[in-house]
Amino acid sequence: MSGTNPDFHAYVEPPRMTYSYLQRTVRLGFRSLWMHRLRSLLTVLGIVFGVCSVIAMLAVGEGASHEAQEQIRRLGSNNIILRSVKPVEQQTTTAQRARAVEYGITYGDLSRIRATIPGVTIVVPGRIIRQWVWNISRRVDCEILGTVPWYAEMRKLGVIQGRFFTLEEMDAIANVCVLGESTAAELFPMDNPVGHTVRVGGSYYAVVGVVQAEASTATAGPADSAETAGTSESATTSHRIYIPLTAAKNRFGETLVKRSSGSFEAERVELHEAIVRVHRQEEVLDIAAIIKQILQRDRKQMDYELVVPLELLRQAERTKQIFNVVLGSIAAISLLVGGIGIMNIMLATVTERTREIGIRRALGARRQDIVVQFLIETVILSCTGGLLGVLLGVSIPFAISHFAAMVTIITPWSPFIAFSISAIIGVLFGIYPAVRAANMDPVEALRHE
Amino acid sequence: MAGPSVIELQQLTKTYSMGAVEVRALRGVDLQFSQGEYVSVMGPSGCGKSTLLNLLGCLDRPTSGTYRLGGYDLSQLDDDALSGIRGTRLGFVFQSYNLIPQLTVIENIGIPLYYQGRGEAEMLEIAERLAERVGLKDRINHRPFELSGGQQQRVAIARALVNDPLVILADEPTGNLDSASGSEILEIFDDLNRQGKTFIMVTHDEHISSRTMRIIRLRDGQVVSDVWN
Repeated sequence: MSGTNPDFHAYVEPPRMTYSYLQRTVRLGFRSLWMHRLRSLLTVLGIVFGVCSVIAMLAVGEGASHEAQEQIRRLGSNNIILRSVKPVEQQTTTAQRARAVEYGITYGDLSRIRATIPGVTIVVPGRIIRQWVWNISRRVDCEILGTVPWYAEMRKLGVIQGRFFTLEEMDAIANVCVLGESTAAELFPMDNPVGHTVRVGGSYYAVVGVVQAEASTATAGPADSAETAGTSESATTSHRIYIPLTAAKNRFGETLVKRSSGSFEAERVELHEAIVRVHRQEEVLDIAAIIKQILQRDRKQMDYELVVPLELLRQAERTKQIFNVVLGSIAAISLLVGGIGIMNIMLATVTERTREIGIRRALGARRQDIVVQFLIETVILSCTGGLLGVLLGVSIPFAISHFAAMVTIITPWSPFIAFSISAIIGVLFGIYPAVRAANMDPVEALRHE
Repeated sequence: MAGPSVIELQQLTKTYSMGAVEVRALRGVDLQFSQGEYVSVMGPSGCGKSTLLNLLGCLDRPTSGTYRLGGYDLSQLDDDALSGIRGTRLGFVFQSYNLIPQLTVIENIGIPLYYQGRGEAEMLEIAERLAERVGLKDRINHRPFELSGGQQQRVAIARALVNDPLVILADEPTGNLDSASGSEILEIFDDLNRQGKTFIMVTHDEHISSRTMRIIRLRDGQVVSDVWN
């Protein structure tokens, strides 16, 4: 008991994890990983591609759904679009070929809708006739749309040149027309069409304006493809010109005659298209249901279709949600795989560095020092992987937009989320190897070759 | 000659169970070491000298008996406290140098201080002074694999000195070296011992043990002779 070292008891103060200690540990961690550059790189590739694909896929998905929603929104989310559709069974029955086929939405339908539903303010009736439109010797196969003056405003069509026709012109059954963007480009490739005239059949129409191309419902979104598949001819956007509804009624009547290979076909359609604008957006879906009921009441056949842009929008949003869930699972799985890859290599590293662990323990490292050392190395790996993944994942959508002409949108939170997940993965999958390293017996570890 | 007592071992035993077989590596060792001693521990392989060194180095715990270091009973200490003892009170010199390959010479020397949470500037200053003392001042930024075996062992000695330990434990420190480098190392030991450092060295080379002041021989886990040169 003699000769006690006087300052022996002073040691017991356990060292704290200071900031500079951690800083040095991080620096040494980088150096250890740098010693095995190739291995470290290969180890993080799983995380790199996981993070990168999450960001890139989210950007592509976001871009696609944004585009779809934009198109639907242009149809007007307060609108309900009614369209006349030729009943399918009538087309195939040859016995009825000879007489005029009568179908579609009638003026009567519209007045019933207007009379029964209070929330509906404007109903835009429209007729679509397909004919050649001429400018001297140039001609274009056009859809001629007889409509009302507020059509452009309701469908959110911007007027590019001139103006849309007015209420006075409609009342006067004036021969005026407004060209769609593409029609104008075909018929008047060089000039401003406003002030010129075009010929349709036997009558001439003065061009008063040019409007933007219309968003077609066929490309509105994948959700409604089943609905529009049967009516693709009316849904695809083609060249259009707009004339007052009254003029259309006067010039073309209500019966259309189509001749084809010996037989002829006559159709009687009062209205091809009508738009019901609902004042309050919350009522759109209910009113659509009521309209369906009204139209269904005295119909033997399904000769109309009801397009509700709001419903399409909701469907597109739901589709996007499902897409996000699927994407999230894929991302989770790929990051899990990346994490397992990191853990695998860290376990191998711990075994390989058993002797180093023994040395450090002999020189005074506590278990927690060893845990911190290996945990920090794992986190460095996963964070570096995450960072590389973010850089790659942000640049890939740019490349896609540039080369494939697709819209991609990188939501600002997605790189942050992806990076934080990779950091969390580093901690989660680093704990086990680090604890295993710390629990090694120093004597055994020092004996390890 | 002998200063104050540094290490006291009383009836120290160590038993390993290897499956069904019990190996009694140490069977009641009573020893006492004083400050400034230069002791060599000898014996045939399997006699328990490595076990004794591991127990002295707090790398392992005795099965029974007491171990007092500087008058302080270590048998009840937990793992963290033993790490603290190793880091502050003991110095190790191994046969195979045991330097950490990714660290430079000066960083290797500083490891024990690093785990005591000492500041980096202080650590570098002490480490540089010790590198100079073992004659490696111009190599402080080299990596271990750039050095010869003798130089690596000198780094290890500097590392063992960095925490100013009560005792330096050396396990066949010249076992991997040619005789020239080996005697260089032993000269450093002699020199340090003259300055008051306590050494306990395991060896089986009679030439080396003849340089020490006290020779302890073990056989079958027991002290068979304890002779002063």
